[in-house]
Amino acid sequence: MDLGLNEEQEMLKKSAREFLSKECPKKLVRELDESDSGLSRELWKKMAELGWIGLPFPEKYGGNGGTLLDLIVLLDEMGYNIVPGPFFSTVVLAGFTLLQAGSEEQKQTYLTKICSGDMIMTFAITELDGTYLPESIETMAEAKGEQYILKGTKLFVPDANIADFLLVAARTGKSTNPADAISIFLVDAKSAGVKVTLLKTLGRDKLCEVVFENVKIPSKNLVGKLNGGWPVIRSILRKATVAKCAEMVGGAQASLDMAVSYAKERVQFGRPIGSFQAIQHYCANMVTDVDGSRFITYKAAWTESEGLPADMEVSMAKAWTSEAYKRVAVLAHQIFGAIGFTMDHDMHLYFRRAKAGELAYGDADFHREIVAAQLGL
Amino acid sequence: MDFRFSEAEKRFRAEVEEFILQEIPPGYADKDLYWPGGYGAIGEFEVRDPAVEKIRKKMGERGWLTMAWPREYGGGGRSFVEQAIFFERLSYYDAPGMDVSTLISGPTILRFGSEELKKEWIPRIVRGDLKFWLAYSEPNAGSDLAAIQARATIDGDDLIVNGQKIWSSGAHVSDCGWMVARTDMAAPPYKGTTLFIVDNKSPGITIRPIVNIDGFHSFNEVFFDNVRVPKKNVVGDMNMGFYYLMVALDFERLVISMGGFRHRYEDLLNYARNTRRNGRLLSEDARVRARLSQLAIEIEIAYLLYYKTAWMMDNNLFPNIEASEIKLITTLLSRKLADAGMEIMGQQAQLWPGSPHAPLRGRFAVGYLDSISAVIGAGTSEIQRNILAQRGLGLKRR
Ligand SMILES: Cc1cc2nc3c(=O)[nH]c(=O)nc-3n(C[C@H](O)[C@H](O)[C@H](O)COP(=O)(O)OP(=O)(O)OC[C@H]3O[C@@H](n4cnc5c(N)ncnc54)[C@H](O)[C@@H]3O)c2cc1C
Repeated sequence: MDLGLNEEQEMLKKSAREFLSKECPKKLVRELDESDSGLSRELWKKMAELGWIGLPFPEKYGGNGGTLLDLIVLLDEMGYNIVPGPFFSTVVLAGFTLLQAGSEEQKQTYLTKICSGDMIMTFAITELDGTYLPESIETMAEAKGEQYILKGTKLFVPDANIADFLLVAARTGKSTNPADAISIFLVDAKSAGVKVTLLKTLGRDKLCEVVFENVKIPSKNLVGKLNGGWPVIRSILRKATVAKCAEMVGGAQASLDMAVSYAKERVQFGRPIGSFQAIQHYCANMVTDVDGSRFITYKAAWTESEGLPADMEVSMAKAWTSEAYKRVAVLAHQIFGAIGFTMDHDMHLYFRRAKAGELAYGDADFHREIVAAQLGL
Repeated sequence: MDFRFSEAEKRFRAEVEEFILQEIPPGYADKDLYWPGGYGAIGEFEVRDPAVEKIRKKMGERGWLTMAWPREYGGGGRSFVEQAIFFERLSYYDAPGMDVSTLISGPTILRFGSEELKKEWIPRIVRGDLKFWLAYSEPNAGSDLAAIQARATIDGDDLIVNGQKIWSSGAHVSDCGWMVARTDMAAPPYKGTTLFIVDNKSPGITIRPIVNIDGFHSFNEVFFDNVRVPKKNVVGDMNMGFYYLMVALDFERLVISMGGFRHRYEDLLNYARNTRRNGRLLSEDARVRARLSQLAIEIEIAYLLYYKTAWMMDNNLFPNIEASEIKLITTLLSRKLADAGMEIMGQQAQLWPGSPHAPLRGRFAVGYLDSISAVIGAGTSEIQRNILAQRGLGLKRR
């Protein structure tokens, strides 16, 4: 057994903490949160130069040849600092899909551009009901000569408003099992008939509605096998789920750190509020939640990263972390009192993300159901 | 015992309901984003709406704003239970009408104020002419109000006030501050603090907005620079303000928009009854059913406590411990209701008001953020627990 990070991962963690606190201060986080795009081109370019965007991708596509676990270490820090922008969609959702299912030509064309920071991409999966089940995909792609005609509406698509290309999950036939007729397409966001509307959400995380009105897609933009999309999506969702957990662990850690240092400083009744047992117990509950989430997330990430069956581990991590981060953020708010209830304070940035993270890729109930199934129930 | 409303109470309830449905400004309730228990999305803390003023005056004419006060002071001579019924219906329909002046300051003036003070202020409060804001908290005095540093010194017939208040909800749309300041720095705070009314128009007052996490300008910081306040505005005796404040805080904690809880809960119930997910109604999902029934139980307990406190007041029992209990229970419920609603509604729940796909106009999303304030404003949950344990159960401080 080895339950620690390796040397490179420790370095990555440390340099990410330093880089982000300098290059992505809360002032910028706030500006981006309040903007429509959520993107700082400057920061994006710097992250590409650091090799972060290509971190888990092979060197032949301009990547850094790292593992999923390496990426998890970075996402943990990104969650700690909060880094608005399309990193998650581009790297986790789109990058991994291309790597796993894309043709060599698609990888050469798109993945290299992603790694160099020249292309922003996302994956449009969910629709009106917002669930991650194959039957909820109703968007249709109909073959017509050398192209497909795409029709339908996607909801909660992250960063579609700034994406150059979208991966889209669409139905390409009829089947008794709804998972059997789903395919993935690469769609140029500038194609005629693509309409993107930014949704205003509690998390301010740039989720979009994307309407496809008879959008023409060249046949060569099919990613992976025709009707073979769902197994790919499942595998990508598993990675996205554990990746989201990592961000959430970082955010929970930051909430804890902020609250503990405030509890040491803030004086009421002539003593630091951290000297009241009520507050101490809150802090103790928070650290227990943070550590539990971190352990279970890293176990899941390692399992997935090693290519071992990870459905159970990943769902355990998401079911737990979804609720743990929320508990931590709520307690942190409680410790801050009124000052935390202001736009100018940082705490709500985390509280919002705890909710958005909980909802992304299945909430606690959804994942407990998977755990139950894995347990043979 | 009899847990039912009497015939007279039922009639009154119907009368209130009819009034609200008739008088509530058109479209008001459709825009309202108030979250029960929260302090951050109260429309009346944000703007001064003439339509709201009008309905308040009409309530004033009926003696409803101060219905449980003695008739000699323009009160309605009604019971506290009737008042509770009134507020329950009011909050159920998102109707305006509640105000610091009628709920907190007025009752405190009646209890401790001089005849002169009563004569000057009570009739205007009864009519619904005035809006008050609470000037208690300061940057270094939140839970620990004894630590306030704002001070007032006597100068002839006036007090001269200097200092800063913060988290002052609605200060920018109010007429008067209901303020505590130190008047005897040599004495311990509970013997050197005075409670008084300060006119917002007095020279030397600067009000600066603070935007809350829902994005609303509901509260402020307020600076006092040599502000003159006539000494006749002092409530009760000089230097006794801390005691009056404790009573005023109890009045504040008894202000619960019970009907708001019920209404938002019913919204959620209807949503679950009418929304299909994964091929079946949410209301058929065992987890949803368990959460909804748990909420129903908690709301029932809150209602019982709500009427119990009113009933106690009618029977000359002052609900001091119960005030903390109901504050604690309902503000925790505020969060649970928001959280449960968000979880039941899933992804859509995160959509903000204005978004076409937002369920229930996005009220739960706003409430989800706002509910964080419920457990902090008017005395945090920890302070309520301390009161319950120490004052209520006699447990030692150390
Ligand atoms: C939306 C909103 C509106 C408000 N409106 C007004 C208003 O109109 N007028 C006004 O005067 N004030 C207002 N307040 C202020 C409110 O009364 C204070 O926020 C509250 O009393 C807590 O004070 P604080 O925020 O300074 O937190 P602190 O007192 O600093 O408390 C921080 C944390 O320490 C805990 N703590 C403190 N003392 C103890 C103890 N002895 N034992 C255990 N734990 C303790 C608290 O419970 C809290 O968790 C408002 C607040 C909010 C959030």
